[in-house]
Amino acid sequence: MFRRTRDGGVSVWLPPGEATLLRTLVVPVLDLLGETGRPGEAGYPQTQGGTADDLDRLLAEAVEAVEAAEAAEAPSVPDDPVLARLLPDAYQDDPEAAGEFRKYTESSLREAKKYFAQTLLDTLPPSGGRVRLTGDQARDWMRALNDVRLMFGVRLEVTEDFEEQLASLAPDDPKVAAFEVYGWLGAVQESLVRALDK
Amino acid sequence: MSVAPAELDRPLTADETVPDKPWMTIVWNDPVNLMSYVTYVFEHVFGYPRPKAEKLMLDVHHKGKAVVAVGTRESMEHNVEVLHGYGLWATVRQDN
Repeated sequence: MFRRTRDGGVSVWLPPGEATLLRTLVVPVLDLLGETGRPGEAGYPQTQGGTADDLDRLLAEAVEAVEAAEAAEAPSVPDDPVLARLLPDAYQDDPEAAGEFRKYTESSLREAKKYFAQTLLDTLPPSGGRVRLTGDQARDWMRALNDVRLMFGVRLEVTEDFEEQLASLAPDDPKVAAFEVYGWLGAVQESLVRALDK
Repeated sequence: MSVAPAELDRPLTADETVPDKPWMTIVWNDPVNLMSYVTYVFEHVFGYPRPKAEKLMLDVHHKGKAVVAVGTRESMEHNVEVLHGYGLWATVRQDN
């Protein structure tokens, strides 16, 4: 599938159906990253639009926001299991250290992951065809694909023997299609990693 | 694109001044992440040669976890943030 190009990037030809499928799968990850995943909290704060001429006011607002963020309680891991996997605790047996780390890094990690997903959406031709990516874009794709696979992995509760899990499902089980998509995503990501690794 | 680490501006606590207890970056096994991908991440993020990256990946896979880097608390936290960006399940711990 993916081939290394001479400029250090990669290239792939995607049939229209696969391009549409990829887009359909990345969007929910992007949406999820925009939610806090914690009940009773507003969504992730968005940058306000409007005129940017009053620099002093903007700076004052920024300072206020930073102070509020620093005074805020350290957040806990999101309740949503997919978000909890995408944004895991950095300390395993130290909730206080985990909360402090999360307080200072979670929003930038969310933004980074949204950026990777957005790169994929922006570089994917709407009706498929040839996709050419720079090395950096290819690494963004790799991470975005991985986040989609993590979402499937958590929702489907996959184990390392996912082929056996799939084989054990009844043919009319609605999970069969999801497992097959998960397997396909793994093949796409594997191909991308191999192309980049050459 | 690289993920800029958040600069943590906070006072050193007592245990951070003890030089003989290094901090570690630990990566945990995960049923989703591909072996080839994890190897690539270790090579790309840490600059490890392929054999070392593969050995660490296999340690994670077979032993359930592996220490992938040792150093200051700040640099281990930076590692973990980058590894979370790649979707690896990574944590920081002080050696004891």
